[in-house]
Amino acid sequence: MTTTEATLPREAGRRRGRMGAGKQLHAGPVTYLVLTVFALVSLAPLVWTAIAASRTDRRLAQTPPPLWFGGNLFKNLEAAWDQAGLGTAMLNSVIVAGTITVSTVLFSTLAGFAFAKLRFRFSGVLLLLTIGTMMIPPQLAVVPLYLWMSDLGWSNQLQTVILPSLVTAFGTFFMRQYLVQALPTELIEAARVDGASSLRIVWHVVFPAARPAMAVLGLLTFVFAWNDFLWPIIALTQQNPTVQVALNSLGTGYVPDQAVIMAGALLGTLPLLVAFLLFGKQIVGGIMQGAIKG
Amino acid sequence: MSSSKQALAHPASSAEAAPGTTPGAARGARGRGGPAAPDSWRSRLYRWDMKASPYAFVAPFFVLFGAFSLVPLLYTAWYSLHDVQLSALDHQTWAGLDNYKNLLSSDFFWNALRNTLSIGVISTVPQLLAALGLAHLLNYRLRGSTAWRVVMLTPYATSVAAATLVFTLLYSWDGGMVNWVLHFFGVDPVNWRESDWGSQFAVSSIVIWRWTGYNALIYLAAMQAIPADLYESAAIDGANRWQQFRHVTIPQLRPTILFTVVVSTIGATQLFGEPLLFGGVSGSKGGSEHQYQTLGLYMYDQGWIIGNLGKASAIAWSMFLILLIVAAVNLLLTRRLRKSQ
Repeated sequence: MTTTEATLPREAGRRRGRMGAGKQLHAGPVTYLVLTVFALVSLAPLVWTAIAASRTDRRLAQTPPPLWFGGNLFKNLEAAWDQAGLGTAMLNSVIVAGTITVSTVLFSTLAGFAFAKLRFRFSGVLLLLTIGTMMIPPQLAVVPLYLWMSDLGWSNQLQTVILPSLVTAFGTFFMRQYLVQALPTELIEAARVDGASSLRIVWHVVFPAARPAMAVLGLLTFVFAWNDFLWPIIALTQQNPTVQVALNSLGTGYVPDQAVIMAGALLGTLPLLVAFLLFGKQIVGGIMQGAIKG
Repeated sequence: MSSSKQALAHPASSAEAAPGTTPGAARGARGRGGPAAPDSWRSRLYRWDMKASPYAFVAPFFVLFGAFSLVPLLYTAWYSLHDVQLSALDHQTWAGLDNYKNLLSSDFFWNALRNTLSIGVISTVPQLLAALGLAHLLNYRLRGSTAWRVVMLTPYATSVAAATLVFTLLYSWDGGMVNWVLHFFGVDPVNWRESDWGSQFAVSSIVIWRWTGYNALIYLAAMQAIPADLYESAAIDGANRWQQFRHVTIPQLRPTILFTVVVSTIGATQLFGEPLLFGGVSGSKGGSEHQYQTLGLYMYDQGWIIGNLGKASAIAWSMFLILLIVAAVNLLLTRRLRKSQ
């Protein structure tokens, strides 16, 4: 009885929303045309990277530029792989981005849960502080971090890159916004009544409820960590690079072979593009969700 | 639409509720319905768990964030008042405001500030306008709507390094794709790397390419939250599509637009990877004539190429102050706008 009463208005609201969507205008041919142009602009540079990576340096310097694939792809990929040390770089990037992702998702969920559902002194102030710190640019931390890491003898080691990114204010806020709505307070109260400890509640109630948002935050964090540039380029050298640092060294080589550079760019982007093919829908949904609630 | 208000309203209300009330204890007693003896170790443990666990849950975030973001922020201010050289890290001597005076009298600093502003404007404004239009189109009923969204977002998955390397080649003087296409329209080849506005435009286009789809999705999310009845009543009043967009969509989107403006401004102030890689070997200088040396590049150049970390700290703090000023101006402008309407 009570459950139907509780769900009825929500259902009605949802139905109205769907009716609203039904009233949305159908896209005409002009819309499809403009969208196609946008899509081409989005994809063309990536496709052309592959074309350029399959040519030779000399061919790329000629006019007109090549518009179709040549036969040098694998030779260039191999050269880029060797010259930039992309094997080490890929492994390093996987370790760095993987650790950062797991840690960010875990700690963001815990803190987000506390901010969304638990009552404690200063919670309001602390949440405002969290939101406020999203404005601090990373540049403001790099000089001290660099000095500390040198003091510790950690220059050029992976933990140097990992440690400062283990948590993000954005992640905490994102999980908080999600859990406010997605986690029924009654569920936590019921678990408390059964005498469940806070850790048990986190494990059996919060994590299951947060799973969709955790997945999305994980994907967003991985993309961010994989593409991070400023701090890795200061903290790491060519001896122990992440993918971005390795690509930078390819691009700043004194005798650049453009086809090899393009092969490197292709390799460096490929892991994320594959992830995008697999999880694109979730990433899109996550960005839209983060936007609508933020 | 109301989401941002909710977000801001909640912390205040929870802060009000926090002191005084002890909901956990009351709830626990009610729920157990008697058998829990008030002083058993179990209930004491339970109460302690209720009190301490919120702090335990937020602690990792604040400890790590404090250690690696907030404390360094203060240390950067400290170092900016010292002479710290990369070559002699142990010899740090007090310099007072010398680093800042140095900056203010440096042409390169003002040049970098100007470049940051101009690149910021020519990358942010077209980007957000295009995103708005794109979101409007994506908001129609489309075949394969998810596929369109994923495609528009692919540039976001491309790293700064990869994207910039590709665009650098597209913009090259000889045999570059862009100049080749321009020649069909009868435009003379542009020296995208050396010319003033050409190089700034080239750097901006990388930013625009990577972020337009991302911003479009944010606008799309907000557009989908606009109640359909608003459009219905506008249609009844005889508003055409453009008038509906102008008088319903845009006003409803205002908080989201402000959000994206702030985020893009922050991004533009920190612009670093694109100009660095676009410049190739002379990357940290922002081109042979410093045409596109941004503040981010200037800091990197002074700190890690020239090796003056004290000055780099001063640049970092100047960037922060500029950001705060920009944010304040943003806030003032929106207040004005809201009042005038």
